[in-house]
Amino acid sequence: MKRNLLERALRAVEELPGWNLADWDLLLRQADRANLLSRLAVLLEDAGLIDSLPAGPRYRLQAALVLCAAQNRAVEREVEHIRVSLQGVVEGVILLKGAAYLAAALPAAKGRIFSDVDILVPHALTPAVEAALMLNGWISTHHHPYDQRYYRQWMHELPPMQHMRRETVIDVHHAIVPITATRLKPSADSIIAAARPVPGRPGLRVLAPTDMVLHSATHLFYNEEFSHGLRDLSDMDLLLRHFSSDPAFWPELVERARRLTLERPLYYCLRHVLRVFGTPIPAEQLNDLARAAPAPWAGRLMDELWRVALRPQHQSLAGRLDFLANGLLYLRAHRERMPLPLLIYHILHKTFRIKQGSKSDSPTV
Amino acid sequence: MIVRDLSRSELRNRLRQGLSIRTGPFVNRVSAQLALVENAIALLYDQYPLEESGFADFHVRVARPAGLRRWVSPQVFFYIDGLAPFNPLPANQAFPMLEWGLNWCISAHCHRHLILHAAVVERNGRALILPAPPGSGKSTLCAGLIQRGWRLLSDELAMIDPAAFALTPIPRPVSLKNASIEVIRAFAPQAVISPVVFETVKGTVAHLRPPSDSVRRANETAPPGWLVLPQFVAGAPARLESLSKARAVTHLADNAFNFSLHGQQGFELLAAVVEASACFSFTYSRLDEAAEVFARLADGQASPG
Repeated sequence: MKRNLLERALRAVEELPGWNLADWDLLLRQADRANLLSRLAVLLEDAGLIDSLPAGPRYRLQAALVLCAAQNRAVEREVEHIRVSLQGVVEGVILLKGAAYLAAALPAAKGRIFSDVDILVPHALTPAVEAALMLNGWISTHHHPYDQRYYRQWMHELPPMQHMRRETVIDVHHAIVPITATRLKPSADSIIAAARPVPGRPGLRVLAPTDMVLHSATHLFYNEEFSHGLRDLSDMDLLLRHFSSDPAFWPELVERARRLTLERPLYYCLRHVLRVFGTPIPAEQLNDLARAAPAPWAGRLMDELWRVALRPQHQSLAGRLDFLANGLLYLRAHRERMPLPLLIYHILHKTFRIKQGSKSDSPTV
Repeated sequence: MIVRDLSRSELRNRLRQGLSIRTGPFVNRVSAQLALVENAIALLYDQYPLEESGFADFHVRVARPAGLRRWVSPQVFFYIDGLAPFNPLPANQAFPMLEWGLNWCISAHCHRHLILHAAVVERNGRALILPAPPGSGKSTLCAGLIQRGWRLLSDELAMIDPAAFALTPIPRPVSLKNASIEVIRAFAPQAVISPVVFETVKGTVAHLRPPSDSVRRANETAPPGWLVLPQFVAGAPARLESLSKARAVTHLADNAFNFSLHGQQGFELLAAVVEASACFSFTYSRLDEAAEVFARLADGQASPG
């Protein structure tokens, strides 16, 4: 029998001190694979429960907290480097995703392990931003001419840039979906205009609450790869619970999704945070969004696919048809990303340039 | 229950399902269906406690791949919970690969400790830390000292517990390389050493069974007492020289696995360890001379030469 202990644990951390050690064993393996070990640890810490856990699990969770705190410090330092580098080039750097949650001290930053920083700048400013970053030590990656063209002509971001000495990576976005996206056409100008300053952090901005959720949802439900799927869904659960304290939030969220053509990703987002985390969502908005659902047959299929994509990719939960589900989602993500002729052209290019794996040679000790 | 309590067929069965061995605070669930690994575990891990709780920190497996490389110049992979983080090695290196993999498990995950690349032994209730880059003779010295009454905490990983301000033992078989295998055989003819494996990335390797006392006392931490940077110099007499605390700190930081993760607290911890330790550099060529110097050091009679 397959037991998704991680979902159970994230829904009810208060029950964890009563778990037996065999269940802890499986839980921590699933959490580690889903990149949610440190989030679980922070939730337990916030609930004042971490000290009441058995020694083995407690150690692993506390070790995850050390790693996460160190990564967060590194990201904060990196954000400061970026802010200084872009002073006078953009008015208030707009941070996205993890760096934004961290800078704005949002609950979605809790125990979130990440190292790359994503920023959003107006399309017209990308050359100036790229130049400023280069002057400060970041260099473009993906030197193959095809990759450069892929990013610069079709995507919503520059090729990732890496700092020469610190080896940190920054993704410079100018939109939240690719230029070539087939169905979603959210206005980047409108999203940038609605961004707001971070209290106490001059020079930094984050997306408006509605846009932050919509961006996260669009990113997850139009992605091609889901090793962080459950983590990203957990982010949205935490964001939605947090923003719910403003009574205007929910009606605004649905209205904003309509205007940005992002009702479908929001529909999937709410459906699955509700299923996995039991996020409280007002019935009115859930009903409103039913209009964005896919056709019933497609809806049933998509539910099954998301079920596979949004669970920890651990052997204890693996199914025989997972490869099919992941394959279909991969094709769907690409189909949404670019028109079919361009997609075929892209796939042919990629097929004939298979990259080498990236394992290290041997253990370090 | 300890590993020795299992019959050979029970050991084989457990290794198929996952044999949970406790090494200090950590439990390793090891799976392998390879005679080389089974034999080495029976020989070197015979005194280790079996963990029956159902919890393990690390789920590791060494296994041959399916397909051609199972038979043609056969290989082994190291898996942690189903994933293979490293390139495979020749199949005859299965046991060293398991040992290296288990070291990696700790250095890559156990961040509640500040982890240094160093051997640690204990005598008279105090820990002697021997940090050094590979090739300096740290493992040989460690292997020699544990044959002369020092307790093994680790031959590779100094685990500093910030809360207890003490070194946590993870006694495991001591890795011997190249000439040091014969040096230890000559120095301690009664020592139990695994079959030699040739032509690994570290040269010829073998593993030394840790003393029973070290395994039995794996729960006893030890506060820092001495910090000694060893250097093997052919033909040199054993010579202890005092080392400045500043140099000792930078040397430790250079040999740390997860120093940066601990931030300012890590630096303060390292400084406190050095402050609490008598710090020396040490050159030697003969193990028996070295053992005498360290015995005097432990008894408080050593003076830097």
